[in-house]
Amino acid sequence: MEIKDKIVPLLQEQFPETNFEVTDFRGDLKIKFDASQIYPVCNFLKNHDDLKFNMCEDVTAIDWATKKNRFTVVYHIYSLENKFRLRLACDVQENHPHIASVVPLWKSANWYERETYDMYGIKFENHPDLRRMYMPEEYEYYPLRKEYPLMGIPGDLTLPKK
Amino acid sequence: MGLEAKLMSDGFITTTIDALVGWARESSVWPMPLGISCCGIEMMAVAGPKYDIARFGSEVMRFTPRQCDVLLVAGTVTYKMSHVVKKIYDQMPDPKWVIAMGVCTSTGGMYRSYSVVQGIDHFLPVDIYLAGCPPRPDNLLNALMLIQDKIKHTRARDFQNIPLLEPVKVNGN
Ligand code: SF4
Repeated sequence: MEIKDKIVPLLQEQFPETNFEVTDFRGDLKIKFDASQIYPVCNFLKNHDDLKFNMCEDVTAIDWATKKNRFTVVYHIYSLENKFRLRLACDVQENHPHIASVVPLWKSANWYERETYDMYGIKFENHPDLRRMYMPEEYEYYPLRKEYPLMGIPGDLTLPKK
Repeated sequence: MGLEAKLMSDGFITTTIDALVGWARESSVWPMPLGISCCGIEMMAVAGPKYDIARFGSEVMRFTPRQCDVLLVAGTVTYKMSHVVKKIYDQMPDPKWVIAMGVCTSTGGMYRSYSVVQGIDHFLPVDIYLAGCPPRPDNLLNALMLIQDKIKHTRARDFQNIPLLEPVKVNGN
């Protein structure tokens, strides 16, 4: 049996309470589920003997600019053993956006999550060192949010004196 | 007629100190390479054997600002980086010159965005703006020749009106 057909039944069996929304677009499998389940699901995907998703390739987010489900956090994980790539997605809310960190599972997620925090302001709980990545540490805004103006907010970043 | 021939006949030459110093300065412009993004690759090509910046006496790229004459800003300067660029500029001894290489450095270029300084002349005095994305190596050589021309015509009195630094007073001594 192909790995692609195995993932969803295995997940469904392990997490009978969770609703998994599966999309298959041009051979790319995407699974969407509740944000509270991210850590257990990732733990299962990484440590199951048939799946072994042992590499986290990217963590990023999307700002939909909607009232409900404003952000979607997206994970790309890869199984070196099965040569298969999987996309996970979880909605988070505008008011106190937060989701559990996956750094205990994949160390590479450390900087990806910091970057996502820097750009979107999503708090990754249990992250070992959630600081800004690109912007100065005392910066107040989140530049990739839709309400942030293209040229920034005048005076928010300082230049050296002439 | 070279210098030797002149020395053979008379044994002396007449000139002004300014002309002599200008001539020495323009033939040994040591750049401070600040290759902070893609333009840096073209800057390296200039230092290579094909374009060979050594023909102009500028092959000594020093990675310490204290030994340099011209700051070669080759790349996109972000707001976060601008403080570093300024710090390096401040460490260079006078007299010093600045080349803004590439459109990013000159005007922000295609990066019209919140993070990129829209031209380093917002915080540095720039002598030469260099067009192109990236500029071709010969274009950089052209900029260097323009800088040399400028240096040649710089006179000692041009620096006379720069105020001296205030001596630091240490309390209690
Ligand atoms: S001008 Fe072009 S080549 Fe130079 S740093 Fe900017 S984008 Fe890169």
